[in-house]
Amino acid sequence: MPTTTIAGAEVQVDEEGFMTAYDEWNEEIAKALAGNIGIELTDDHWQVIKFLREDYQEQGETPMLRRVSNVGGVPTKQLFQLFPKKPAKKMSYIAGVPKPQGCV
Amino acid sequence: MKRLLVLGAGTAGTMVANKLRPRLDERDWKITLVDQDETHYYQPGFLFLPFGTYKREELEKPKRRFMPAGVELIMGEIDLVDPEKNEVKLADGTELPYDYLIIATGTHPTPEETPGLGPDDDEWYKSVFDFYTIEGAEALAEKLETWEGGKLVVNIIEMPIKCPVAPLEFTFLADSFFAERGMRDSVEIEYVTPLPGAFTKPVAARYLGDMLVDRKIGLEGDFFLERVDTDNNQLVSYDEREVDYDILVTVPVNMGAEYIGRSGLGDELRHVPVDKHNFLSTKHDNIFAIGDAASLPTSKAGSVAHFAVDIFTENFLDYIDDKPMREKFDGHANCFIESGRGKGMLIDFNYDTEPLPGKYPLPGVGPFSLLQETEANHWGKLMFKWVYWNVLLEGRAMPIPALMSMAGKIREEVK
Ligand SMILES: Cc1cc2nc3c(=O)[nH]c(=O)nc-3n(C[C@H](O)[C@H](O)[C@H](O)COP(=O)(O)OP(=O)(O)OC[C@H]3O[C@@H](n4cnc5c(N)ncnc54)[C@H](O)[C@@H]3O)c2cc1C
Repeated sequence: MPTTTIAGAEVQVDEEGFMTAYDEWNEEIAKALAGNIGIELTDDHWQVIKFLREDYQEQGETPMLRRVSNVGGVPTKQLFQLFPKKPAKKMSYIAGVPKPQGCV
Repeated sequence: MKRLLVLGAGTAGTMVANKLRPRLDERDWKITLVDQDETHYYQPGFLFLPFGTYKREELEKPKRRFMPAGVELIMGEIDLVDPEKNEVKLADGTELPYDYLIIATGTHPTPEETPGLGPDDDEWYKSVFDFYTIEGAEALAEKLETWEGGKLVVNIIEMPIKCPVAPLEFTFLADSFFAERGMRDSVEIEYVTPLPGAFTKPVAARYLGDMLVDRKIGLEGDFFLERVDTDNNQLVSYDEREVDYDILVTVPVNMGAEYIGRSGLGDELRHVPVDKHNFLSTKHDNIFAIGDAASLPTSKAGSVAHFAVDIFTENFLDYIDDKPMREKFDGHANCFIESGRGKGMLIDFNYDTEPLPGKYPLPGVGPFSLLQETEANHWGKLMFKWVYWNVLLEGRAMPIPALMSMAGKIREEVK
């Protein structure tokens, strides 16, 4: 598994740059990851990221957009404004959880 | 006397009943199936209805024909599962207690989830269609019969859907259909999908993406449909992109049966979370879900249900004997993809291995070719209807193994 240095910390990532160790994540890293994809984190972003991390820990998988909207309480429309074009991919990248299962 | 209750007598429920009845002593086990519809539909045939290849009669048979002796089939709508009382309620008030429950009620198109879709809109089955129901596929056949051309948009709203390659197949067949009628030049075709490309997995996505380009079919990716504006003939995405259409063929959001939601057994789309290797519910130790009803990281397809039922049968016999379940399902899927002009492709994959090129089932020989367009693959797809009605449903042995094999597959680097 490759490693990389983000916000001064050495972390494990997959070939697409997604973090692979849940516990290596911290808020500084999140800010740096967001910066990599041109996003500056606001309170609304943090609400989504925190939901993603909590839900992942409880359910063992990254929630789909529908779940972030229904259970996390952030409407889909807003998710597209916060994480333009590819919200599912971008928010999981920043939250340090796996990319949602590509549905085959 | 113990009761095994199976909800849904579709592809998976029917196969399970046929596999388990001979293996469970009739003096100890009663097997009951519940379904709301007397007719068994050959759903893969819906793909061909819009192009006049099949007629409705070929795709319908009575469910009872496939029920083995010694199995009870009750007609009724399932209303609720009460996992605390181990009891299922039907809409007519019937209460059915169970010792073990198998949920096999599949997943179905739910147009009402999307503004602008569904029978409440005037344009439904006039300019907006689905082909995942027999009614939708027939209405579309009628429309295409006299259509003089314009822009056809094929759309997926949200994954997962059953038979995730079917919308691509529909697109290829449409291209072929219009070419045969000598009107391909007056039809523009666009494929609009929430996926970044033609398919999820990289190698297959490249092959299928190239096939769209070859056929001059447009691709609009990462498109999450918010609503259909049927007054202005437009699809509108959450990020405010607009796509025009003259005919829209969409695959509505696929969701599990309503009672699953009411009973608290499902996820956001009412699919039942289970252990991906043995189909045991993550919440209840006497409930399993198989077929499209289950939430699994593989395709929702008849072939998957077939392989899954083989594994499930052995495991279930262990389980009721208090033994550990020895078999582990690997997510094996095997799907023919019609590519039009008398040819087809085949993909074979599982949880860990994406679809790769090669030969199937015999390495180097075939007769089928993986990720390659051949006439043999097309005939394989057409032959499958016979296999389904005559071999598969009644649980007869098929000459292909349940778990995926790497033999005959070629690993290749993504460029
Ligand atoms: C257009 C199309 C093309 C396809 N092509 C292919 C293909 O080429 N290859 C392939 O492998 N698969 C294909 N499939 C997928 C395949 O048909 C399904 O994956 C398969 O039928 C799933 O079986 P199942 O038993 O899980 O669900 P189903 O066969 O759908 O059975 C579910 C049953 O539950 C019943 N039911 C549901 N809710 C209730 C309720 N509340 N009360 C009572 N009864 C209820 C229904 O009446 C139905 O009989 C295709 C599907 C479609 C729509």
